[in-house]
Amino acid sequence: MMRLLNNDVGGRWLIGSLLLAIVLIPVLNSLPASSSLYFPTYSVTLLGKYLTLALLALSVDLVWGYLGILTLGHAAFFALGAYAMGMYLMRQIGDRGVYANAELSDFMVFLDWQELPWFWQGFDQFWVAILMVMLVPAVLAFGFGYLAFRSRVSGVYLSIITQAMTYALMLAFYRNEMGLGGNNGLTDFKDILGYSLQSDHTKMALFIASAVALIIGYLLCRFITTSRAGKVVVAIRDAEERTRFMGYRVENIKLWVFVFSAMLAGVAGALYVPQVGIINPNEFSPLNSIEVLVWVAVGGRATLYGAAMGAILINYAKSYLTVELPEVWLFVLGGLFVFVTLVLPQGVAGLLKRKGTE
Amino acid sequence: MNKLHRSTDLKPHAMTAKGLDFLAPEKNHTVNVDHSILLYVESLSVAFEGFQAINDLNLYITDGELRCIIGPNGAGKTTMMDIITGKTAPDSGIVYFGQTIDLLELDEPAIAQAGVGRKFQKPTVFEHLSVWHNLELAMAQKRNFWSLLHAKMTSEQRANIDEVLGLIGLKDQVRKLAGTLSHGQKQWLEIGALLMQRPRLLLVDEPVAGMTHQEMDKTAELLRSLAGKHSVIVVEHDMEFVRNLSDGGKTVSVLHQGSILAEGTMTQVQNDDRVKQVYLGE
Amino acid sequence: MINQWLVNCLSWGMGCLLLVLANLSQAGTFEIVEYEQALIKAKFDQKAQIMASWYEADQAQAVHLMQLMLDSQLYYLKQDKRLYQVEDASSGAIAQRIHDGGLITLKKKRDVKRVSINNRLRSVFRQRVTETQLSAAKPQDRLAAAESIIGDTTPELMATIARLRLGETDASVLAAFDLVLAVATLHSSNEDQQRQSIRLLGESLHPASLNALNGFLLTYPQSPLIPMVGKYVEQINGKVDFYGSLETIYFGLSLGSVLVLAGIGLAITFGVMGVINMAHGELIMIGAYTTYLIQQLMPNHIGLSLLVAVPAAFLVSGAVGILIERGVIRFLYGRPLETLLATFGISLILQQAVRSIFSPLNRSVETPLWMTGVIDINPLLSLTQSRMYIIVFCLTIFLLLLAVMKRTRLGLQVRAVSQNRDMAKSMGVRSEWIDALTFGLGSGVAGVAGVALSQLTNVGPNMGQAYIIDSFMVVVFGGVGNLWGTLVAGLSLGVANKILEPWAGAVLSKVLVLIFIILFIQKRPRGLFPQRGRDAKG
Repeated sequence: MMRLLNNDVGGRWLIGSLLLAIVLIPVLNSLPASSSLYFPTYSVTLLGKYLTLALLALSVDLVWGYLGILTLGHAAFFALGAYAMGMYLMRQIGDRGVYANAELSDFMVFLDWQELPWFWQGFDQFWVAILMVMLVPAVLAFGFGYLAFRSRVSGVYLSIITQAMTYALMLAFYRNEMGLGGNNGLTDFKDILGYSLQSDHTKMALFIASAVALIIGYLLCRFITTSRAGKVVVAIRDAEERTRFMGYRVENIKLWVFVFSAMLAGVAGALYVPQVGIINPNEFSPLNSIEVLVWVAVGGRATLYGAAMGAILINYAKSYLTVELPEVWLFVLGGLFVFVTLVLPQGVAGLLKRKGTE
Repeated sequence: MNKLHRSTDLKPHAMTAKGLDFLAPEKNHTVNVDHSILLYVESLSVAFEGFQAINDLNLYITDGELRCIIGPNGAGKTTMMDIITGKTAPDSGIVYFGQTIDLLELDEPAIAQAGVGRKFQKPTVFEHLSVWHNLELAMAQKRNFWSLLHAKMTSEQRANIDEVLGLIGLKDQVRKLAGTLSHGQKQWLEIGALLMQRPRLLLVDEPVAGMTHQEMDKTAELLRSLAGKHSVIVVEHDMEFVRNLSDGGKTVSVLHQGSILAEGTMTQVQNDDRVKQVYLGE
Repeated sequence: MINQWLVNCLSWGMGCLLLVLANLSQAGTFEIVEYEQALIKAKFDQKAQIMASWYEADQAQAVHLMQLMLDSQLYYLKQDKRLYQVEDASSGAIAQRIHDGGLITLKKKRDVKRVSINNRLRSVFRQRVTETQLSAAKPQDRLAAAESIIGDTTPELMATIARLRLGETDASVLAAFDLVLAVATLHSSNEDQQRQSIRLLGESLHPASLNALNGFLLTYPQSPLIPMVGKYVEQINGKVDFYGSLETIYFGLSLGSVLVLAGIGLAITFGVMGVINMAHGELIMIGAYTTYLIQQLMPNHIGLSLLVAVPAAFLVSGAVGILIERGVIRFLYGRPLETLLATFGISLILQQAVRSIFSPLNRSVETPLWMTGVIDINPLLSLTQSRMYIIVFCLTIFLLLLAVMKRTRLGLQVRAVSQNRDMAKSMGVRSEWIDALTFGLGSGVAGVAGVALSQLTNVGPNMGQAYIIDSFMVVVFGGVGNLWGTLVAGLSLGVANKILEPWAGAVLSKVLVLIFIILFIQKRPRGLFPQRGRDAKG
């Protein structure tokens, strides 16, 4: 593991702070509420949510920062992972729904369905859900990437069709016929693996799971980017033709990175859902995908740790501003897009690196 | 098929540098050169929106030959390379690599893996990778994602890269990002990368553009030393460089309006009336 | 004709009230009160005569009253013994006095009593009313009257129509009369007459003809004319399908025109300049808000305000576009992905700005009267005018833009810069200016699209978002850098959407179209009409 963090000061900081948080936050949370060091549970959940978004940012950085594909559709993979987990959580409700139907979820009863649709089968098993969390985004990424990379769609064209993909999925998921709750999505979850989602311990466990997932995700991304395959990935970004004339099957390499990234996004979505308690088609909206880009851009492209930091910082700012100054948030977000591209193309990480070399 | 062809120098070149043996193409190549011809290009034609870029082109490259191709702008040199390396599909004609490999059926990576290396006119290196990594990627190796993920550098590979670094004079820049190199250094890096690929056939598009005279001489020497183990096709504008390179009776082909106008030694070509008329403008 | 009607009345043996009638007539002076009192007091048998006499005196009012009686809306107030129109007699209901139009509010339901009629009266009045309407002064009134009685006639009405037919001059009214007669004759016992009307109905496109013929098939399964009717039914069904698909194409073209309008500005900025402007949708939105503002400035001239809005929106959106180009995009030429991000940021800022200035709620822009209405081509096909305006507007904008690009100096310079910037510069083209102007042009056209869209959808801060993906799809599908491609792509996507809609539903058909485009771009990354050549970039 340490080999992966050679020459990666930012990564060491990131993983160090995550490990510290895993140890420290449960302790601070167990202090009496009157203590000035008390870390409230709702903050734990909020932080856990940021960590899952940081994992999403990692997956986007891998594809955008290293591979050079400006994806406008990664929210789709995130949302698919989230839906897969949401389906498991729905099945866990059992007969505790409004209609008290042990076999069918509330929205199915409401739509007057007689039996569980085929694609809901097996989702009462946690392992099936976990498998689907990765498999479904992977299959979509594989199908989409296989077609797109083989026919050498690239640049803005690729960006635009990734956006069309997530937009089409959003429209599809809004339909009741899709069998995934339509407009309202999946919500009213009760428990996960038998533990109540309302309990502080479960919330803490989910936070720790998110931190661990982020650490593992980070190390996996590092493993890829520091390997020779990672060099080829950068080579493709810089001079795709040249790489191809060197004998590399560019489309295959792109495809594997894209699929891996989609799985990472799926896992992020799966950890996100139990912490926010709802998943609906809005998660597919093109805006969400593009927001991730600004996290990565602000943090610093092709640095991984920068993407994670950017995600945490901007989402913290978002939580703060949308409550305190709701009018201002979109101005800030929009301004960040313009500012980063014009003034700070390497992001904060680039700024730090420049400071470091001076 | 053509008379000039027989006059080609088939002897292995004497100047092969000793230390460069590892750059020779791998033995297990499936290229069949029973008739000692490595590349067949026959009746090749391609048109872009009515413009006949390549027009019934015929070209034969012998195994181990160094061939210079000259021609005015728009003669179809780059298009020809695009077709051989799989970038452009021709309207008609055949391109065979040895007796058995139909290059028109393969795509760029497959052609590269079959043993055709190409150097672009504009130097193209991986700007955000170090010089070392540029060579490491070019190195002949398994090129699928999973092998690359676990690839470890062997001491032999390390030595090979060091060797090439010395050859292209970039030993001191090894950790530098390729993007920070000078134009000439990029040219050399690209040539070095090409060598690391250990191709059977090298297509070199205007290698000396932006080079000093000394560098040009060095390039000429290197290219001549490669001939014999490799076949080399050099497309070049610079007459003096071509004269230098083709010294010793090597074949020079003149490309004009998409087909071969004349073929022979530099002296023969220069004295050809048609060549004088269209190319030298006399 | 009043005589004939009187004869009818007589023949039903209601002569006993002739005396009253005579008195009223003899009196010579027309007193509405007397009629009203008479009508209120009269028994069923007498009402016909009273109304006949009233008809003599004041035709319009008598017809009105008969219609009210047919609709069970004629009442009298017990208190003043006058007639009132009451739509729904209950306490608190509004009642309108017949003789002077005055309104009163009913205190109790029982304050009023309906002037009732029986079935016999009903048919007499119906005959009377229809007959009057059939001989109305305006052709469209006569047409409506004829249409309303198709398949619902009495022998008396038949006779009336046959008589009126002789004097009728308006072709469409005449055709309607024939239709009424033919539908009725279908049930005659005379086979020749039947055959004749089948032929007539078979040629007519009126929906009632098909109904009548289908009815014939069910009612007379033994008739020797069945094969003939069957043939005609098939023929009409074919025509129904034909005009049905024409209508679908018309809807599709109008939807396609919206897509073209939304995309055409992008075809300039993205297609010609290669700039990815994610704020394109917001430039459309600014155009729509400009329309809204101008309408607020001149609320009494809705139609005129729309005409003013077109150049105004062009200028406002164009100016915003030039600001964006000068302020941000020009620093990012050659970096399309960064441009995409920066302009996306701008789109968020513009959205929030509009939200802060105008409130997050939608604003409604009024549609001028001349844009509403329907053009009837035939009974099976009628085209809504607003859609027609959209199509015409779209084509006008397209042709104007084409002319600007192909015929003007600006267009020439724009194309020169987009093809070879350095060469154009060396020939004295001020490429910086051209960039700004081109971007302004594309943005201005987006604004003009906003004017059109303000007539179709709600004007709100999010409206731009709805169009940005569609716009890009249209431009990419058509082939970047090709205005004709954008037109063809937009129209064909619109038509495809409308063709899919009946069996897939609106949302799913949109999804299907998106998936189709995604797959299409895989197959042909350069769109329908690619720019070709060795150096063309995919």
